[in-house]
Amino acid sequence: MKGVGDSKRMINGHMLYCNAKNPFGSSSVRSLLGFMVLAFAMVLGGSTDLPAAAVDAAPGAVQGAADTVPSGISAPDLTATDYPTVPGVNSRVTVWLVAQLHLWFAAFVLAVPIFVFIIEAIGMKTRDQRYDDMAYEFIKISITAYSLTAILGGLLLFSLIVFYPHLFSYLSEVFGESMFYYALAFFAESAALYLYYYGWHWLQGGFRKWLHLSIGLVLNAVGTTLMFLANGWVTFMMSPAGIDPAGVFSGDTWVAMHNYLWNPINLHRFIANIAYGGSIVGAYAAFRFLSAGRPEERAHYDWMGYNANFIAILALLPLPFAGYYLAAEIYAYSQQMGITLMGGIFAWLFIIQAVLIGTLFLSANYYLWCGMGRSDGAARYNGYIKYLAIAIIGSFLVWFTPHTLVLTNEELKALGGPYHKYLGPLGIMPAKNTAVNIMILFTALSFLFYRRSNRIATVTWVNAGNAAQLALYTTGIANLLFLGIYHGYFTNTVYKVAASIPQVMTTLIIIVVSITLDSLMYRGSREVAPLNWGRVPNRAQYALFLLAVAFTWLMGLMGYIRSGIRQHWHVTDVFRDASPDAYTPTLGYAANIVSIGTILFMVLVIFVFWLSQISSRRTDARGYWKGVQGG
Amino acid sequence: MKHFLKVTIFSLLMIGFFAGFSNYGIPEIKPAPPPVEEKLDLGAMTPEQFIVLGEKLFNGKGTCTLCHNDVGGRAPLLERAGVVAGERLSDTRYQGRATDAQEYLAESLLEPSAYVVAGFGKAGSGDAVSPMPSVTAGSIGLSEVEVSAVIAYLQDLAGVEVTVEIPTDVQTQVSDSDAPDAAPRVALASADEVITKFSCVTCHKMSGEGGELGPDLSRIGATRDLAYLRRAILDPAAEIADGYPPIMPPTYAGEIYAGELELLVQYLASLR
Repeated sequence: MKGVGDSKRMINGHMLYCNAKNPFGSSSVRSLLGFMVLAFAMVLGGSTDLPAAAVDAAPGAVQGAADTVPSGISAPDLTATDYPTVPGVNSRVTVWLVAQLHLWFAAFVLAVPIFVFIIEAIGMKTRDQRYDDMAYEFIKISITAYSLTAILGGLLLFSLIVFYPHLFSYLSEVFGESMFYYALAFFAESAALYLYYYGWHWLQGGFRKWLHLSIGLVLNAVGTTLMFLANGWVTFMMSPAGIDPAGVFSGDTWVAMHNYLWNPINLHRFIANIAYGGSIVGAYAAFRFLSAGRPEERAHYDWMGYNANFIAILALLPLPFAGYYLAAEIYAYSQQMGITLMGGIFAWLFIIQAVLIGTLFLSANYYLWCGMGRSDGAARYNGYIKYLAIAIIGSFLVWFTPHTLVLTNEELKALGGPYHKYLGPLGIMPAKNTAVNIMILFTALSFLFYRRSNRIATVTWVNAGNAAQLALYTTGIANLLFLGIYHGYFTNTVYKVAASIPQVMTTLIIIVVSITLDSLMYRGSREVAPLNWGRVPNRAQYALFLLAVAFTWLMGLMGYIRSGIRQHWHVTDVFRDASPDAYTPTLGYAANIVSIGTILFMVLVIFVFWLSQISSRRTDARGYWKGVQGG
Repeated sequence: MKHFLKVTIFSLLMIGFFAGFSNYGIPEIKPAPPPVEEKLDLGAMTPEQFIVLGEKLFNGKGTCTLCHNDVGGRAPLLERAGVVAGERLSDTRYQGRATDAQEYLAESLLEPSAYVVAGFGKAGSGDAVSPMPSVTAGSIGLSEVEVSAVIAYLQDLAGVEVTVEIPTDVQTQVSDSDAPDAAPRVALASADEVITKFSCVTCHKMSGEGGELGPDLSRIGATRDLAYLRRAILDPAAEIADGYPPIMPPTYAGEIYAGELELLVQYLASLR
């Protein structure tokens, strides 16, 4: 007999330590600088996703490591007593709710300027002032939300310092420089936003309009940079980079930022923010539509709601692909983390996600179908709607089908296992990917029908064009089904995901080619009759509300899993969470917290919407002011 | 105000539906609590307990069953790993440096790319790179002793001889798993105490004294090596001495502590 020690020594290599580059000098100077910058940002309403500065509350391990091991930053080894408590306050729930509220508002205020910029550019190109007015109304809503975002960012910073000082200290040691740039970028964003908003009516016409649009571009560039910086801090906690085998951080800030999951999260959040922003302003327009007394007002807010929904759908379509890319990268980073995500304790979360995304797709489509009532020519397409609905609901049901069923022992015995003979395969990825792709395709088809509903093509090759569209969709869907069935039934688990890339490519090709073809077919087309903006049932507005509520709730849920897959680690495999709350909460518990957060967010959003309205209201205080007659 | 109320009620109902579905529409799975560090007294652990420890690590802290299961097909099943380990050494695809089955198992844990079972390599690597995470670092973080325990479990699982010895020079090891309950008695300090405790001389003669039901051990060290002696105590049925009935109890593996086993084996080896 012999031990494994020899084998291990023979097999394992040795660790290498690198010198950290630190343009800000010693750790204490860097900490102080970071703290000053962030405190300054907070005073001015800075927002931050994660801790941005160091405090002198760092435990011996961190500070000690910085002093005695200049080559790196060690994560402290904490015990439950290292986490300050406040009687009657749950630390984790507090940070969770504040962080989530901050994120919801941040997503909103980062997204709105993106499509405001695009709408303004469309207005400039078409010289249609309605676009300019709508863009202004959108930015007006977000300007109040911007302050709230900053306040919530400050609150998050405060709650991290209070409840998780050692984590805060560790992250600020790692990210000192980026905190500094974050604060600078925040000032730049504030300046650009205020110029953009307050200068809207001043910078009109000719060169001034170009200047205004350029400010919008700067605003978006800085806003996106801010998000990328904060994403670096968040993703470092998930997939830390610059860590040597001993768990010591020995890289520089860029190494920490440019970690494995940074770009996947950047892409996913960028797209999701746009869809989310669209859904929130859609809810705003829906409420104004329902409250509107005059037909012109209803027409205006109907148009606004339509555009908001269009933005939300446009971003929603590629979102599953970005989500898939993120999940694949999580697997690539750590198979263990990937399995925890999709096949472990969080597996059932994806059934909840299916319900929510199904809700999003159904409500967005339903709104489009209701919107076809604005057109007198829509009757030609009404007959197809039921088939679209069947395809989307059918896909939703496949996506919703879990692989493992919840069964009693008797049922298990009768079934011969936890997998249903016919339904089981519907629960695995090839079937779900197929369902999602078909859902996306039929949503694109809904949009195509909506676009066509009020127009009559005049080109000579209409029939050939329609036949080509039909062939495109038919062969495309057949390909999706073939890929799904082949990889679902005839390959082993490791290769089942291989269906996803060709399926995504099939879907994208169909969408791009069919929209291009349709644009050519309807070039120079005839309008059936002017669109009747405002001629849409009230229930369509509830679809917009549902879109906003489901999106908010879904973001909260996915925030839980993004953070939850770290399990009992503050920083995966590096910095262990030793707090009493280190355990992973159940899905039900998380859903309750997300629901509370969603309600709080909705209350705050209503407040923001109300604020944006009262700025234009005037009260006739006749007789109140000396020498003023009023009226 | 009417619309505001309607919209509010509608939104609350939807939020309630999502929360209700999450609470009652799917099974409630309580994630396992974070692993708690426990101290193990290896010297007071029997080989069977060591194997049980390996099994718990295999199913728990080691997270081996996340992939090595018959559900997902993400990694090869390990029921026969102890058997095939020896065969792998002569496989042309084998890239490692192990010289026997135990070293191969250790290597497959510590450097899994040395041999990747066909069909289980990282995508695009042509089965040259294993997707298996490090078991000694990060969130798994098995110690050297824990790796030994897992190997012992794999050998036991495959029904082959457990060749791993419990490292007795390490008195205290830290394990994240649920440690098996250590036997309540105090470990014996000398070979004489062990021989008395387990009543060896009831059947065996030592230094001219004792029973004759089993072979005479008075000069056993001159003809048998340490490995044979360990095996004979832990698995007496593995090799029955000529002319003697197979009556030695097979239960010592579950009773004798690793430290005690070493004391006894060293003592027997010294009898020449």
